[in-house]
Amino acid sequence: MALVEATNTTMQFGGLKAVNDVSMHIDEGEIVALIGPNGAGKTTFFNMLTGIYKPTSGKLTFAGGSVSGKKPNEICRMGIARTFQNIRLFSNMTTLENVMVGRHTRSKAGPLQAVLRTRGFKREEAATVAEALKRLQFVGLADKANELAKNLPYGAQRRLEIARALATEPKLLLLDEPAAGMNPQESADLTRLIGRIRASGVTVLLIEHDMKVVMDIADRIYVLDFGELIAEGKPEEIQKDPKVIVAYLGMGAEAMLAQA
Amino acid sequence: MAGSKMDIRTNVQSKGWSRGKIAFAIFLGVLVVFAPVLLQGFQTMSFFVRVLGIIGIYVLLALGLNIVVGYAGLLDLGYVAFYAMGAYAAVILGEKFVTAVQMISNVGLRDFLVSSQFIVMLPVAAIIAALTGLALGTPVLRLRGDYLAIVTLGFGEIIRILATNDFLGLTKGAYGMMAPVAQPLGLSQLQLLPVAIPAIGFNFIFSVNLYWYYIVVLLIVLAVFVVRRLDNSRLGRAWVAMREDEVAASSVGVNIMTSKLWAFALGALWGGLAGVVFANAQGFVSPESFTFMESVFIVTMVVLGGMGSIPGVIVGAALIAGIPEMIRGVAQSPLLAGVIDPTLASAISGYRYLVFGLLMVIMMAVRPQGMIPSTRRAQELHPEDEKVLEEEDQSLWDLKHGADRSEHDL
Repeated sequence: MALVEATNTTMQFGGLKAVNDVSMHIDEGEIVALIGPNGAGKTTFFNMLTGIYKPTSGKLTFAGGSVSGKKPNEICRMGIARTFQNIRLFSNMTTLENVMVGRHTRSKAGPLQAVLRTRGFKREEAATVAEALKRLQFVGLADKANELAKNLPYGAQRRLEIARALATEPKLLLLDEPAAGMNPQESADLTRLIGRIRASGVTVLLIEHDMKVVMDIADRIYVLDFGELIAEGKPEEIQKDPKVIVAYLGMGAEAMLAQA
Repeated sequence: MAGSKMDIRTNVQSKGWSRGKIAFAIFLGVLVVFAPVLLQGFQTMSFFVRVLGIIGIYVLLALGLNIVVGYAGLLDLGYVAFYAMGAYAAVILGEKFVTAVQMISNVGLRDFLVSSQFIVMLPVAAIIAALTGLALGTPVLRLRGDYLAIVTLGFGEIIRILATNDFLGLTKGAYGMMAPVAQPLGLSQLQLLPVAIPAIGFNFIFSVNLYWYYIVVLLIVLAVFVVRRLDNSRLGRAWVAMREDEVAASSVGVNIMTSKLWAFALGALWGGLAGVVFANAQGFVSPESFTFMESVFIVTMVVLGGMGSIPGVIVGAALIAGIPEMIRGVAQSPLLAGVIDPTLASAISGYRYLVFGLLMVIMMAVRPQGMIPSTRRAQELHPEDEKVLEEEDQSLWDLKHGADRSEHDL
């Protein structure tokens, strides 16, 4: 059964169709990559799926329920978590606090319980800390729990964002260019981390420009260009797809390759 | 790390209390409780007790607004509306309560209920103010920053103008209204205990001013207690997250609207409580007390003291409310009668806002994080901490001296 089902989704900004009539599906347990040149509409697709934008037309469902028109926090509660292309951490909160915020939908103590410090509140608070620490350990940041997020090195900030997303206990994790700005060593670590995330039972959809990461880890790839889906398939199929080559290298590339 | 003790802090601000800090807190507690007794005892100083009561009311207001401005990061320029709601609720409903209680034939019980009407009014006004906060918040909290500030400013004015125009015949317009009861619960008993030491001119009587001062102090203690616990909770974390990055906060599940509404309601509540005390301590309520300037002052207290910092906000409120009152109080006090000319005295009180404005400008230029900033807010406003500066210096030095950077580039 498909976890995500997009049917003819279109996102229009004025005259521009950032995403045009795109249909795709993501099955449970898969790692799917969404690739394409800059401006192809990948992040727009993420934003539709996480409730930041409402699709102009088309159907977008997650685990059988419609996503379109829902608010980001409602979609998070449904089980979709994400990271951002430009890291968006709560920079003046500690590493641990960042992940604790991720537990928001998984806890419910209201202001009255907070003021009265009821037993339920204390239990929940302790559980929140424990769960947050577990996620930090998972991404290898437990020893940085008390550091302010903004003081972490770049790679660690990326991992913290993943930990925060995982703390929401998602069924689907959306990663927007997680390897951007990473050196080969760091992206190899990241590839392993994504593998472990899948092993823990979370489906992954990632946008990535680092082809090594994509080819190493993706089960299937969707390619977007100018808002349209131009190819879909396994990594080795995509590598050979002439339309993809043209999209990335421009017209003439195909001819050149044919000559070679 | 298994077995090793790790120091896990769940909040950037929570650190243990050192012994010095505890000693200071005790000293402060003793001062807050007993200093007014001394002031009250000496005829020439007794006006300070009234000033302290007024300061206390502003501290309470500033603590309430701090939830909205300091924690949730929403600029509310109409906070005085909630203060006004509380004050008018105390007078209008207090009157109704007293009338209703007159039916009771048991004299003892009746008198008890009449004198304790303000205690009944405290939660009533708090709820009314909080509901007003929700009612205002629901339509306007979609707005951000400047736009929200303008709408709240308008709301503050609407409430004042409604009161001035005797809305639904409730407020008696610009004439104002008298508080229902002059003698609050227990005051007459307390006044039976005069302490006099004629030798040093000490003659203590438990005054009405002192009574309200203690009531305010109790409410402040309650506010600090509540606010601290809120800050260190699921909702408190949601507020910080929302202030830092709304998009990220909502994408990890924080309901922005609900969190903002809670901030508005929980902030407004203290405004309502302060209003009840104000109405009863003053014995009189009129729209003049709830002008836009009052809102500005309360915001100033929060900003100058340090947004999001409880001690900061208290000090800010004490200074801003206190200094002008002190200047006026001293200038008109019997202490200085004959020393300075009364016209000069009123001139001094007239110029107090000039000094005040100047102080504000200087403060914002040199220390935007406030006098006693919250750890977190200070970081937000002064990102260039020493570490970053050091690194920058180092890289500049490298650049200038053409250090072995070039090798890396190859």
